[in-house]
Amino acid sequence: MNFDSVAARPEAGAQTRSEAPPKMSCHKLDFFYGKFQALKNVELDVAERRVTAFIGPSGCGKSTLLRTLNRMYSLYPGQRATGEIMFNGQNILEPGVDLNMLRATVGMVFQKPTPFPMSIYDNIAFGVSLYESLSPRDMDERVEWALTKAAMWAEAKDKLKQSGMALSGGQQQRLCIARAVAVKPEVLLLDEPTSALDPISTAKIEELITELKQDYTIAIVTHNMQQAARVSDYTGYMYLGELVEFGVTDTIFLKPKKRETEDYITGRFG
Amino acid sequence: MNEHTHKQFDTEMEAIRSGVLSMGGLVESQLRRAIALLDDDEDHDAIDQVGADEKLINQMQVNLDQMCSQIIAKRQPTAIDLRFVLMIIKIVNELERVGDEVKKIAYKAVQIRGADRLSRVRHYDVTRTAERAREMLQMALDTFARLDAGSAAEVIDRDEEIDAAFLAIMRQLISYMMEDPRTITAALEIVFIAKSIERIGDHAKNIAEAVVQVVKGIDVRHATAEQIRAEVAEE
Repeated sequence: MNFDSVAARPEAGAQTRSEAPPKMSCHKLDFFYGKFQALKNVELDVAERRVTAFIGPSGCGKSTLLRTLNRMYSLYPGQRATGEIMFNGQNILEPGVDLNMLRATVGMVFQKPTPFPMSIYDNIAFGVSLYESLSPRDMDERVEWALTKAAMWAEAKDKLKQSGMALSGGQQQRLCIARAVAVKPEVLLLDEPTSALDPISTAKIEELITELKQDYTIAIVTHNMQQAARVSDYTGYMYLGELVEFGVTDTIFLKPKKRETEDYITGRFG
Repeated sequence: MNEHTHKQFDTEMEAIRSGVLSMGGLVESQLRRAIALLDDDEDHDAIDQVGADEKLINQMQVNLDQMCSQIIAKRQPTAIDLRFVLMIIKIVNELERVGDEVKKIAYKAVQIRGADRLSRVRHYDVTRTAERAREMLQMALDTFARLDAGSAAEVIDRDEEIDAAFLAIMRQLISYMMEDPRTITAALEIVFIAKSIERIGDHAKNIAEAVVQVVKGIDVRHATAEQIRAEVAEE
């Protein structure tokens, strides 16, 4: 960085908007578990074909935020979100949104691998068949395509009929990513996708995330700060339901604007 | 700054900080000895001491670099911690080079003893400039000890003074050499001494700039003292 670019840097302050075009935009987003408010007035853009990471201590609302982005919370009574999440020109918090379609377009992968108790092939084909009717040949192609995207094809191509449950943890997680990718979503939400995995499997998933962002918009929640630093383009630090700081990852990990963020990422928290 | 949740991390950071301060203190006292030699101090042990100091300084550089590598490997520091560790590595490098320059000055000072025709330049201008460089180094180390970005600009101002003094010495020496070719051998040695002093000023400036980078998170290398003042004043 030369001095000129330093002098021309943007104004200090709470930047909540990314420079890349937004795929999803949250505006005045609040979230409640019954009476407990878990998200407070969140203003945020999730940039298209970029990786946006959320970090923060347990209970800060980062997983909750992720769960609002495909309305996963709507499965549970007593949980509600207010405000606005604009996605493809529509506020997805409004009633009447087709939740099945939304979740196909905004896919999610969870902390613990959750393969269905069926074959590797069917794990992927099952979701696809809910939304599309493909010929067996097209379905074969789709399964191969999804497994290739998830960097699984080489390992899985000779055991497609074997149970998905028989795979290793890292492979199961990549199978889940393949399953999410197979329905051709636009956004992928990853909720601590590597916290149950060993370092090599973690590295593979991180590599995969970098590959996938060529085609998809990705939001990831992680407790592993170095992971956020490695894989993401934008990082948001959350605390007590508020988005404390949001900015370009390179800046957040070298010179965050807020003291709270600096304390958290340098291990001075609490 | 609050403490880390890992107390051991704080201990390690404090160890590299105080390591740099003792290394800086040693370099500065080594420079004092070299200045005494320039000023025809008859202390013959001083030259041996300067050489011994230089060896010790090299060893401190190796140790501190190793401690920094350990911290990076074990703690994966971020933000201010990362900037701090990177700064330490940079400053340690600058101090080691100052040690090298001081050694050169001391050895050349002994070589030119008895060059009476140049005693005025040598006693007056060179020694005085060396003393200024020493003060500047001391200021830079204070800036580091207090992590005070505000005083960094003053250190950088000093460097400009030293550069100007170096040019003045050069002009003087050129006149001596033109007037009396018998002074050429000694004058050339003094040129090397003056150049070493000028380099010490540059290293002190680099130390001050590194401190600004830690505190403010901006890279001010190649910036003028004025630009640095403006950046440091900004909150």
